[in-house]
Amino acid sequence: MAKHWWKALAVLLLVYVIIAGFTIEIPIIGTNGQSSRGLFFHVPMWMCMYTMFTISVVNSVLYLSKYDLRRDVYASAAANVGVFYGILGFATGTLWATYTWGGSFTSDPKQMLTAVALMIYMAYLVLRLSIPDIDKRARISAVFNVFAFALLIPLTYIIPRMVDSLHPGSATTPGFASSDTDDHMRMVLYPAFIGWVLLSVWIYTLFVRYKKLELKNIFK
Amino acid sequence: MINKAFSFCCTCLLLLVSLFANAQENQNQNTETGPVNEFFRSNGKIYVIVGVLLIIFIGIVIFLIALDRKITRLERRDGIHGK
Repeated sequence: MAKHWWKALAVLLLVYVIIAGFTIEIPIIGTNGQSSRGLFFHVPMWMCMYTMFTISVVNSVLYLSKYDLRRDVYASAAANVGVFYGILGFATGTLWATYTWGGSFTSDPKQMLTAVALMIYMAYLVLRLSIPDIDKRARISAVFNVFAFALLIPLTYIIPRMVDSLHPGSATTPGFASSDTDDHMRMVLYPAFIGWVLLSVWIYTLFVRYKKLELKNIFK
Repeated sequence: MINKAFSFCCTCLLLLVSLFANAQENQNQNTETGPVNEFFRSNGKIYVIVGVLLIIFIGIVIFLIALDRKITRLERRDGIHGK
């Protein structure tokens, strides 16, 4: 039980986030209305995705330095979970945009470039499926993964901040920052980040353990 | 031990079902008063949805815990000591 404390912490934090996220007083601004509460659920999905893709690229680089196949398993499992969270983040953002931006798919740079970044990671997963040889697959996909991460950060983080966008955090709109997020919301937002990321790490470890069982002949 | 926990959950579920059945006999729409019902109807019934999300989330967590234990059992069987 001692090594499972962080899973319990994740569950406790998320129970708090779900209860507090719907019941605290929030500022009602513009067309957002009560939908600002989506901050506690939509933004952490991206935090989980970034965490997973970071784990993935670190393990890919480590694979390329030592050629240890275990690293390849870690990298691919993290990319899988990361794409899952990316899809969740994209779907929640699309629903949110439908009622605040006036359209599900607008020509918004953040939305479009995030879709492109997710496509690149889906291509990583498809690329893995297309190579039957396990060593060749590990090497080629590790190299691809490094380039995918090198594109992820400018596509989802840098370019949307340089151009006009409806999404908070662009050149002309205020974003998530210590100076412009309501104090009450921050009381929920930070526990939400920690709780959701811990939950995603839990799912990731389950995925890795399943993969290791599946490939146990290699890891003997 | 798992069988005990499982049968406990089943018993609780069955008891819950009998509660709902009882409520259906009395009236189609729940208009009962009392502190719990008043609480769930306050603030535009937002607490109902909080409850819905909590049920979904706890369900997902129970599923994850069960999966975790199943994988642990497989690892023990195959002599892999995962984290």
